[in-house]
Amino acid sequence: MRPFSYQRASDPDMAVQALGAAATNTPLTKATAQPLAGGTTLIDLMKLDVMRPTAIVDINPLAHAWSAIEPGSDALRLGALAKMSDVAAHAEVQRSYPVIADSLKLAASAQLRNMATLGGNVMQRTRCNYFRDVSYENCNKRNPGSGCAAMDGVNRMHAVLGTSDQCIATYPGDFAQALIALDATVEITGKAGTRSMPFAQLHKAPGSTPDIETALQPGDLISAFSISGRWPRSVYLKARDRQSYEFALSSAAIALDVQDGTIRDARVALGGVATVPWRAREAEALLKGHRFDEALAQRVADAAFADARGRRHNSFKIALGKRVVARALQQAVTMEI
Amino acid sequence: MTAAAPEPKTNMGQSVPRYDAAAKVTGRATYASDMPLDNPAYAFLVTSAIAKGRIDRFDLDDAGRVRGVIDIVTHENAPKLKESKLFSNGGYAGTTIQPLRSAEIAHDGQIIAVVIAESYEAAREAANRIKVSYTAAAPSASFDSPGTTMAAAKGQNAQFKEDPAVGDFAKAFDAAEVKLTASYDTPTQHHNPMELFTTSCAWMGDNLVIYEGSQYVYGLKNGVAEQLGIDADKVRVVNPYVGGGFGSRGSMTPRTAIIAGIAKRLNRPIKLVPTRDQGFTIATYRAETRHEIKLGASRDGKLVALRHEGAEVSSRPDAYCVGGTKTTTRLYACPNVDSLVSIVRADRNTPGFMRSPPEVPYLFALESALDELAAKLNMDPIELRRINDATNEPIGGKPYTSRSLMACFDEAAKAFGWSQRSSQPKSTSDGNWLIGYGCAATCYPTQMGPSAARVRLQRDGRTRVEIAGHEIGTGAYTVIAQTAAERLGVPLEKVAVFMGDSDLPPAPVAGGSNSTASTCSAVMMVCDQIRQRLFKAVMPSDSLTDKAKETVGISPAPSTRAAKGDRSLDLEKAFDALGVGVVEEYGEWKPEGAPLDSFRAMHNGQVRLVGGHAMKDQIAYAFGAEFVEVRVNRFTHEIRCPRLVGAFAAGRIMNPRTARSQLMGGLIWGMSSALLEATEIDERNARYVNDNLADYLVPVNADVSGVEVIMLSEQDDRINPVGAKGLGELANVGTNAAICNAIYHATGQRIRKLPVRLENIEV
Ligand SMILES: Cc1cc2nc3c(=O)[nH]c(=O)nc-3n(C[C@H](O)[C@H](O)[C@H](O)COP(=O)(O)OP(=O)(O)OC[C@H]3O[C@@H](n4cnc5c(N)ncnc54)[C@H](O)[C@@H]3O)c2cc1C
Ligand code: SF4
Repeated sequence: MRPFSYQRASDPDMAVQALGAAATNTPLTKATAQPLAGGTTLIDLMKLDVMRPTAIVDINPLAHAWSAIEPGSDALRLGALAKMSDVAAHAEVQRSYPVIADSLKLAASAQLRNMATLGGNVMQRTRCNYFRDVSYENCNKRNPGSGCAAMDGVNRMHAVLGTSDQCIATYPGDFAQALIALDATVEITGKAGTRSMPFAQLHKAPGSTPDIETALQPGDLISAFSISGRWPRSVYLKARDRQSYEFALSSAAIALDVQDGTIRDARVALGGVATVPWRAREAEALLKGHRFDEALAQRVADAAFADARGRRHNSFKIALGKRVVARALQQAVTMEI
Repeated sequence: MTAAAPEPKTNMGQSVPRYDAAAKVTGRATYASDMPLDNPAYAFLVTSAIAKGRIDRFDLDDAGRVRGVIDIVTHENAPKLKESKLFSNGGYAGTTIQPLRSAEIAHDGQIIAVVIAESYEAAREAANRIKVSYTAAAPSASFDSPGTTMAAAKGQNAQFKEDPAVGDFAKAFDAAEVKLTASYDTPTQHHNPMELFTTSCAWMGDNLVIYEGSQYVYGLKNGVAEQLGIDADKVRVVNPYVGGGFGSRGSMTPRTAIIAGIAKRLNRPIKLVPTRDQGFTIATYRAETRHEIKLGASRDGKLVALRHEGAEVSSRPDAYCVGGTKTTTRLYACPNVDSLVSIVRADRNTPGFMRSPPEVPYLFALESALDELAAKLNMDPIELRRINDATNEPIGGKPYTSRSLMACFDEAAKAFGWSQRSSQPKSTSDGNWLIGYGCAATCYPTQMGPSAARVRLQRDGRTRVEIAGHEIGTGAYTVIAQTAAERLGVPLEKVAVFMGDSDLPPAPVAGGSNSTASTCSAVMMVCDQIRQRLFKAVMPSDSLTDKAKETVGISPAPSTRAAKGDRSLDLEKAFDALGVGVVEEYGEWKPEGAPLDSFRAMHNGQVRLVGGHAMKDQIAYAFGAEFVEVRVNRFTHEIRCPRLVGAFAAGRIMNPRTARSQLMGGLIWGMSSALLEATEIDERNARYVNDNLADYLVPVNADVSGVEVIMLSEQDDRINPVGAKGLGELANVGTNAAICNAIYHATGQRIRKLPVRLENIEV
């Protein structure tokens, strides 16, 4: 850890100013000023010397405006500073958006969920061990152009979808899979005021620039997420090494609209297996307009992983991921609502 | 999972609460790095990013400019320290790789610099700013890496004296009606005690005080003195509480003398708190092992041939090995036995003790193989063990002092509901979960070491016990206080125990589960010395029979109640007769069969444990039987372990409450070892990858639902005066095999490599 200045944001403008003052051409992850929410990712990475901001802008004082949980009649708005635990425990979220409540409830530990915010959660960074250990020179995400130590290293936890020859790091979060499945919109407060974009456009696949992880620029803050429609028939299934306090080896966020046994609308998102929050659209297409059976579930699962590419230790995630998708679909179809 | 303190059965002490419970839950218990220091400087370690090669150059400019930096110590300016030999060669060290001695790098994460600063933060920042240029060589990481060497353990490790064998294995195996050959692997594991590997050193003139979590304060004191070239009497090691040891603090690591040397040079107390990941390389670990087991049996299940071959990884310079064949060749009655242990040298830090070092990997192999044999024979695995139960070990023919293995199987089987188990694998399920039951034997050698103690009794009954034992979380304070209270007949609340300080009378290493037997035997003996003095004062010596001398005072509060014999003792009167205010006695106890140099070695911090298979006319082990239920998810292949049931017999149970905690913790540890724990090594560079507690998996509460511990009554007067067998390392041994055996029952699949992860299941 290195010395840094600490400021508390008095209002959104001040926070945006303080964060955006520094050079704008640097990728967000390298910006000299970083926002602090729960701190459960940021402080860890600073202790590990992976992130070296010289200025910290504490955005928690904005909570009075940015932490509301607002279910509407046919929509949901979540403030970016809402705590994971509060959203997971919210009765209306549980009733109308079980995939959101469960993705949060099954993440991290109770202590972390009490500290961590939704905004910080979607912005959490990969758990790739080579990324988090600065004694490794070769990490394209940390040191662009230096190579990738994980590619032929210990890569059991790494991604099989959305990888590039530059980076195979898994996007580790759970909540983002629920957001991307439900076509959420993310509201961003930045230098030019407030704007919105589809959540699906927030994260960037590594491609040739794994250091650029999101569409945000220095000075941008996530202020809220919103979802239209209600998704009572939705599930989040997470397979992991232990029963709590553990990232997904493979997870599936599924949301269905089933009428008279026919699937009208279907959403399939995958976690633990991809470099970014992952939507399996080809797989969804197979479901729409059909009645559910096991053979269909199998075809959907195969389609979801059609482009998957395993490496030495993580190939198992392809078979595992398919079984998780099939099982989650079955759960969603049979759930009582 | 809460349970009332267990009711004591025959030959068990009282389930009194922990002596240190309140101090621990209120945060009053002070661990080494909690000790206040006068104006300390802070140390932060820099460790190597390569496993083999040399340092070409340090660039310290940037680091040196950090405000508050006092000194940066590298091999170029480090205090000169003397070498200490490996503990198994008569020294104190857990490794002979001494960092900061030259530019050479022998393993990943070797200490290459120490930054000293006015604050922890400044030291850490400066450490981050040090740039190191290396010339790296290709290291050998583990078994299959090019460049390793392999040789028999016998001849290179002084403590591994024989590859046990008896009869004619080859011939018997050849002729056996039923044969099994199977290979097993166990992974690298790290202890990860909660307390980090901290060290604080403070000099007062020529005298050094070290605050460090240690399982052997006398060993550390003497070892550091040797390295510094000073008289051992000038060194004091203090650690009233140790935040978990599991073997990792049993022998000296290089960091201590380095910090002491720097503190001396700077003439200032220094406090070092290394990081969690540094703990993976600056201390020891359980090395990965490989096994081949061959079993030959008659069709009715009688073992006729057994061979166990084990291979273990160690560092280049040190021939550490655990050699568990000493146990696996003696566990069952079998006339033809052969074994071989080999050591593979790689570019790694030197491994060391980790909870039940030999038994965990070696019994995993044997107890898995027995289950496989039982399946081949179409026999219940408990029956197979019953048929081959032994009263005498087969290698030397020595009798077990006591052996309740089958009684444990019977008790645990009943509590578990083993009779409900279908004999066919893959035949039971509950919804999406395949259910399997499995069991295995567990055992641990009963060991003792020489120990001293000082006890001081006041006329009001207040008692002070002093002994340089170690509270590593096991309940040592509690059982020592109980022993003194019982023996002197004073109320427990009046007994104060002082431990974890090398200025107190020496006790053995808190390792090999010998502590309770050794320290309590010493305390008991010294309490008897006090009683004798008191009795001599009030009664003519010939008025007491020897028997009475022995038993008087064992009852509670002899001052008020009649003692067990026919005499009572009035403390006030005795003190008046003696004409003193306090009675204090010091004594040195050693177990039967202890070597001649035992007491000298005890003061010099050298371990002299006796027991287990190495006794002259007998063999002493604690036994147990462990049963588990596993559930394997049909879809995700996730493996869960909802039930663990163990029955154990370990001689006298000093305190059923603390014993139960040890055994329960052991079962959970065993489950962790079977399903979760493994240190991943990057083969390309011989570095540990998952060196943090988020990625080195241990169970969380949600993983542990039902744990049942059954303690059998067992009386064994042949082992030591208190009649106790060590049980701290008993329960985590059998679990590995029991879980794999249960996975076989659930899925029909044999898994011979730990840990078992969901990707290893094919259903
Ligand atoms: C041991 C462990 C296990 C975990 N397990 C899981 C798990 O199973 N599943 C899971 O999903 N997560 C898991 N997590 C991650 C955890 O959920 C995240 O650390 C947490 O959600 C981050 O939220 P925070 O508010 O603490 O973020 P912070 O640490 O404060 O911020 C994270 C990042 O986002 C930036 N940021 C914060 N708020 C905003 C905003 N409003 N707009 C723009 N940028 C912002 C920060 O600058 C920083 O770079 C685990 C974490 C740990 C340490
Ligand atoms: S996978 Fe990505 S984050 Fe990990 S080492 Fe490679 S480039 Fe770095």
